[in-house]
Amino acid sequence: MGTKAVPKIMRQGKVTPYYYLAPAILLMIFFIVYPMINTIQLSFKDRTGLESAATTCVEGNPCWGVFENYHYALTAELNTSTFVTLWNSFWISSYGNTIKWIIFMVAFTVLIGLVFAKIVDGIKYEALSKAMIFMPMAISFVGAGVIWKFVYNYGSQQLQVGLLNAIITGLGGKPISFLTTPVLNTYMLIIVGVWIWTGFCMTILSSALKSVPDEIIEASRVDGATEWRVFTNIIIPMIMPTILVVITTMVINVLKLFDLVYVMTGGNFHTDVIANRMYTEMYINFNMGRGTAIAVILVVAIIPFIYMNIKRLLAQEEMR
Amino acid sequence: MKKEKINQFLSHIPKNALIIFIVIIWIVPTFGLLVTSFRPVQSINSSGWWTILNAPVGSKEYATYCEACHGNRGDLLPNANLGDPELISKFDRSVLLLPALAKEIDGAPHMKDVPVPNAQVVADIVVHLKNISGLETRPRVTLNNYIDALVGYRGTRTYTQDCAEDTPPLDINCNLSDLLNPRGMGRAFVNSLFVTIPATILPIILAAFAGYAFAWMHFKGRMLIFAILVGLQVVPLQMTMVPISRIYADLGLNATFLGVWLFHTGFGMPYAIYLMRNFLGSLPRDLFESAYLDGANHWTAFTKLAIPLALPAIASLGIFQFLWVWNDLLVALVFLGGTKPVMTYQISNMVSSLGAGWQILTAAAFLSMLLPMIVFFSLQRYFVRGMLAGAVKG
Repeated sequence: MGTKAVPKIMRQGKVTPYYYLAPAILLMIFFIVYPMINTIQLSFKDRTGLESAATTCVEGNPCWGVFENYHYALTAELNTSTFVTLWNSFWISSYGNTIKWIIFMVAFTVLIGLVFAKIVDGIKYEALSKAMIFMPMAISFVGAGVIWKFVYNYGSQQLQVGLLNAIITGLGGKPISFLTTPVLNTYMLIIVGVWIWTGFCMTILSSALKSVPDEIIEASRVDGATEWRVFTNIIIPMIMPTILVVITTMVINVLKLFDLVYVMTGGNFHTDVIANRMYTEMYINFNMGRGTAIAVILVVAIIPFIYMNIKRLLAQEEMR
Repeated sequence: MKKEKINQFLSHIPKNALIIFIVIIWIVPTFGLLVTSFRPVQSINSSGWWTILNAPVGSKEYATYCEACHGNRGDLLPNANLGDPELISKFDRSVLLLPALAKEIDGAPHMKDVPVPNAQVVADIVVHLKNISGLETRPRVTLNNYIDALVGYRGTRTYTQDCAEDTPPLDINCNLSDLLNPRGMGRAFVNSLFVTIPATILPIILAAFAGYAFAWMHFKGRMLIFAILVGLQVVPLQMTMVPISRIYADLGLNATFLGVWLFHTGFGMPYAIYLMRNFLGSLPRDLFESAYLDGANHWTAFTKLAIPLALPAIASLGIFQFLWVWNDLLVALVFLGGTKPVMTYQISNMVSSLGAGWQILTAAAFLSMLLPMIVFFSLQRYFVRGMLAGAVKG
């Protein structure tokens, strides 16, 4: 491994590092490592965490034994009577919604972030306009939820105090109840997510853009390449590693996203996502087994990205 | 030359238009919330925030139908002084005013040859009459929403009004102690500070020690432990909450500030150490070597050299951790709940229980954004730096 050597003169006693490390490592073991193991154990138990999950099986119904909580977590939202109902129910389940979140949120945050970073690059008001896009990152998901709930506000009568419905009725359309109309509502929530996280992607991509050497861009311009071709054929490939990092980070963020759904719809009207469903099972239905099983599923979904993170770190260390 | 400049300017128009368009989309929702939070409740519920600069409700109608005889302020006719709240209180609804307008006065129609307006117009005129008589003033902007949010007022009028007339709801005392009402944002603000400050300082201190050890000390498994730590950065909160709340229940740490401090510290550790280690590790080697040649040991190198040089990294980390803890809902919800409500908890509670109480909700949301906004706009540089250093966090 690419361990960076410490100067010889700084070699110290064997115990000294642990004075520096112990508090941090003990806290991490207590608050992260141990709970992870315990969560996995609990996911095989019943709602109280005492009996095996197999005891919750109902006579005559399909049962997965000690994996019964996973059986519930994976299939409870699905209607398996025919393929069509299965397909339809999947796309309004917490899993289908989470996939929608991942695809659309990641695509739009990265795309808008990249385009914006590119077009403000070097203009007079670059810092100011970037700060405006970035500002939602500083406020809480709860605050953002209130802001957008107001934008989406639906007045059942003529009067619309929500901006979006006022625009729609102003153009002669009929007002829409954005947050309670299934399928549409998940996309309306994703818009809020995009609003919050675009600043994050934009900032990181912007610093990557600035690190592309001017000579390369100048050289291709001299060769007669258009701005667009310079951007797609030279700049994008050069910052591809950063784009990939942003994408993986965003996928992790989306998988863990809870607050926004909790505040805006509470996961009702078919807007549930995995992270919110875990909260519901655990702290509203008080079913420890099911709650932890969903948490484990969430972690399994994240594991590939943990792996990528570590690989990236090791690559970075090699370069040092 | 001039022509070239104009052409250059013109070619930038589509780009600039796109920038302005995106920026406007990004700030309008927040701006709308800010404007709304300063409007009186009746205005919020009867018109969109973008109408705030429009003429007040009913003033146009009043000018059309009444001003010619009653005058601009309504006091032109001494025996029908519309500026008198007592008189207006007899006609404070359109169904009461409408007959009065249709009635004959001294054998001639009240409105002379002007046709009697419809009910909607009359209702608007009533609003205007209440306003000019002082019976129920509706200012364009007010601080009442903020006051109501701070003290957790849940009556049907406003805190100021209720206290002025000595008819406050049960949990309101009409003195400074209201700021600590458990339902209010004032109390929640204090709780949020109480949670956030230790939960920011503690991880920084511990991470500085650990980060130094990873960067400048030699021990077995250094890289392995560090790689594990990087993996731990992305473990979701959800994965650890249940066992911790069970342990906390045994230790009596549920619903205590200490429990939340420790949780945030433990959970913030991987990212904090990662950031500190990368920064400290990037400091020049010669610096440490020469300090050692001058007789320094690890403790002096850490306190006299590493910490002062790491101040920018500490600032980045501090801002990140501060915003993270301040804006967190999940940990507060699970470990503190309603016993020690923080701002995010209080707002999420208002959303579900208050329904459409936009006047309090908007003010409360803005109160909770105040500190993060100040931190963000004054220390943006450090925030961005912390993020660029690899922000993948719980």
